Amino acid sequence: MSSHNFDKIPYIKGPDYTEYGSLASRDKLLWILRKMLEMRIFEEKVEELFLVEGSLIGPSHLYLGEEAIATGVAAALRDDDPFVTTYRCHGHALAKGVRMDMLMAELFGKETGTCKGLGGSMHAAICLERNVIYATAIVGSGIPIAAGAALAVKMKNEDKVVTTFFGDGATNTGAFHEAMNIISLWKLPVLLVCENNLYGMGTHLTRAFAGENIAARTSCYGIKSYMVDGNDVMAVYKATLEASKHIRRERVPVFLECRTYRMKGHGVYDKAEYRPKEEVEVWLKRDPIEMFYKNLLKAGLINEEDFKRMNTEVRLEVNRAVEFAKGSRVLDFSKLYEFVYV
Amino acid sequence: MREITYAEALREALREEMLRDERVIVLGEDVGVFGGAYKVTEGLLKEFGPERVRDTPISEAAIAGVAIGAALMGLRPVAEIMYFDFIPICMDQLVTQAAKMRFMSAGQLKVPMVLRTQYSLGRVHGAQHSQFLGAWFLQVPGLITVMPSTPYDAKGLLKSAIRNDNPVLFVETGVLYRWKAPVPEEEYVIPLRRADVKRKGRDVTLVAIARLVREALSAAEELSAKGVEVEVIDPRTIYPMDFQTILDSVKRTGRLIVAEDSVKTGGIAAEIVARVIEEAFDYLDAPPVRLNCPDLPVPFSQKLEQEYMPDKEDVVKAVLGLLGGS
Repeated sequence: MSSHNFDKIPYIKGPDYTEYGSLASRDKLLWILRKMLEMRIFEEKVEELFLVEGSLIGPSHLYLGEEAIATGVAAALRDDDPFVTTYRCHGHALAKGVRMDMLMAELFGKETGTCKGLGGSMHAAICLERNVIYATAIVGSGIPIAAGAALAVKMKNEDKVVTTFFGDGATNTGAFHEAMNIISLWKLPVLLVCENNLYGMGTHLTRAFAGENIAARTSCYGIKSYMVDGNDVMAVYKATLEASKHIRRERVPVFLECRTYRMKGHGVYDKAEYRPKEEVEVWLKRDPIEMFYKNLLKAGLINEEDFKRMNTEVRLEVNRAVEFAKGSRVLDFSKLYEFVYV
Repeated sequence: MREITYAEALREALREEMLRDERVIVLGEDVGVFGGAYKVTEGLLKEFGPERVRDTPISEAAIAGVAIGAALMGLRPVAEIMYFDFIPICMDQLVTQAAKMRFMSAGQLKVPMVLRTQYSLGRVHGAQHSQFLGAWFLQVPGLITVMPSTPYDAKGLLKSAIRNDNPVLFVETGVLYRWKAPVPEEEYVIPLRRADVKRKGRDVTLVAIARLVREALSAAEELSAKGVEVEVIDPRTIYPMDFQTILDSVKRTGRLIVAEDSVKTGGIAAEIVARVIEEAFDYLDAPPVRLNCPDLPVPFSQKLEQEYMPDKEDVVKAVLGLLGGS
């Protein structure tokens, strides 16, 4: 990362565990832990269903290792704040409270899925009821759509914050730049969350990204950006709290670049052999769930028993979701015509 | 009936819909202060203010994307993309986002957006400002593509497009903007997805699209004097197309000509002919005829461009040829 200068950007690190109690209620902290566990165990199961059992097929992009971002963002925002996300969307869906069994059914292409099996993994998060208003499979394309959603929010005089998630790869698309310009120009209430996992599919940022850093790109559009430790859920939570207050009060966008890393490849079949071992090792030591759990332990907010119980509960929920999905039917082909036009 | 221009008819539609529904907004390059590159949106900024009439940067992908996002959240945006040639810049948003949202969300999402654009064939604009890419949009289920051919249709169809809950690509014909024709002052709308029989006739079915409807009608007038009665059909919505009206007509006349401004290969005309052959082959008394532009980019020089475009004389010749050859 030699060409990317981190030091010039306000860097939001996670607070010390002694501050946790003052930042969030115990219930909220445990909700955060539970959500991250749901994402982890859900996706470990998904990976197994793809690679071992072979019952899942098609493209799927796992969020393993990045759980802190969706969770921290959702925890700091309101239920009615819309999300516009991407094809790596299972985490965002769970963070927003999309039903896990429906999410799993969508991955199986079943009619009980969030999108009745017409979307699949890459759009499974779409759930109007939970305010996930879109999940796109084209890199960068969600950002102008989020801008439009925020324009509607602004014109209706609502105080919602529209959050759009995208990866580092998206910052090289035209859609990103066109949208950044309009979002800033029109002072739209958008929280731009860049999940910078250092790779656009298999290409490292340094081989794809010109200029000093992502923040330099945002500042040229007049959008304030913060670099956040994306593996520390409380750093993301704190950053989002501050950002959302600012957005609601000042009606301007804020950009969070959350540094993170994929535990796995780009898609579920990608073994990610293009990544140096040393780099992988460094990041795997920064498991967001382990880090957060240990801090909760130290702060006396959870004990090992509780954590075990939580694990067991989530595992049961995931297994039930798989049963639900497997037991569901595929939509009748004739129904497809109902969903083309209103 | 009073007469107004095609551009004025469009402006009336926008204005009336903006008055009728405060969720309707207009956005695009130079739609506000400038009044629209072809003055369609002139006066709207003054009447409705900069919140609802928004000048945008030259960012077609973002214009389309913003319109989609705003539509998802309950507004009814009418975005202008200045030339049909600029539509490919926002193809991802239009084709891969807007048109797919309802389907892949299994009906959860709704995108009541209109993307207005125009093609300038016949205005000496050269290869990059004259393209008619209509046939591209025969391959995009989820999108409705509308092409008004008269001031009357322009107004009624645009009003319907704005009230429609689906994404609509609304392709205007640039050479028609200053054409004055009767448009009632009373409120009216024209349903989308329905073809219009512009002139009844027993001898030949002539399906004409966009600019060529006017050429076809004046050809039909001339032919009528010679005792040849041409039925002129304007599909108005080119996708999803009302084929039934075309098929019914062909079954009566037994002859089909399709006139369209795109290059010949793979055009809308090709699709109409294919469909008629599949479904009404036994009724045909002669092979169908396509009148298109040649498979060339649009040349700049006015003389070459005029030669490039099908016109009234070509239509007359084609009709007489078809009748003579049977």
